[in-house]
Amino acid sequence: MILGTVHPTIPDAATFAVCAAIIIGGAFGVITARNAVHAALSLVLTLFGVAVLFIEQQADFLAVVQIIVYAGAIVVLFLFVIMFLGVDRREDVAHEPLHGQRPMALLLIVVALGGVIALGVGAHWATGAHAVAGPSHLKGHPNVYVLGKSVFTTYLFAFEATAALLVIAVVGAVVLARRPRMEERAKETGAPEEPAAVGGAPDGGEGAT
Amino acid sequence: MSIPGEWYLILAAALFTIGALGLLVRRNVLVMFMCIELMLNAANLTFVTFSRMLGDIGGQVIVFFVLVVAAAEVVVGLGIVVAIFRRRASTSADDLHILKG
Repeated sequence: MILGTVHPTIPDAATFAVCAAIIIGGAFGVITARNAVHAALSLVLTLFGVAVLFIEQQADFLAVVQIIVYAGAIVVLFLFVIMFLGVDRREDVAHEPLHGQRPMALLLIVVALGGVIALGVGAHWATGAHAVAGPSHLKGHPNVYVLGKSVFTTYLFAFEATAALLVIAVVGAVVLARRPRMEERAKETGAPEEPAAVGGAPDGGEGAT
Repeated sequence: MSIPGEWYLILAAALFTIGALGLLVRRNVLVMFMCIELMLNAANLTFVTFSRMLGDIGGQVIVFFVLVVAAAEVVVGLGIVVAIFRRRASTSADDLHILKG
């Protein structure tokens, strides 16, 4: 009983098939694109496919957050850095410095995929107690109500910890991307700054998230 | 009847392994970061699928936190990339061998 005895309806099956094709195609686009900008755009494709599959599984709020945070903030941040560094040129993908690394990687990946699927079949995919952290559906309440209630009661401490995490991340990004001051730069020996490629103000893109 | 959860799990496994493959074979740090995002998305899809299969909201809450962590990771990671690029004018992972003993 690998791929169910149940028969999904035609619209469901069509949605899943199209999204699966988009996700896998986008993922291959990311790993094969010579140009980093094309890779980022392929990543958007995959993220949209995943968002549609979230809706298909009644996780409406997460689908919206997926679009806003990933496509709206993270990919934009990627594109911003690609443009900022001026590395949007084609890369020589054919050149491989390590001999035989790609066949080895492919072999490893195929073994891993087969192993994971075999484990899933052996474990009948999902076993265990139902609704431990609370039911995923309450009658008459939308998904965002159920999710928000869980986040702000059961997982309140974790939620507040993420606030601290985000603050630390923003401060860390500012510190990392800051250009050293003149006197600090003078103290550094043998490592001249390369301001030609990176003119302008310190990286201000962190606020996006 | 909606799509059985196994289909989603197999799709997520495939997405994860594609991301891992990209992480292994690509040399551009930015593309390697994107491959990490692919793997995080595969994990998210798995969490949502299990949330539906087991009727448990916990899976969706964890996806919410994974999104936050992914955002923080990208911000710090890209900050590091910018800092390295200032010094070496390259985004190839092969050029980062200063710490090599």
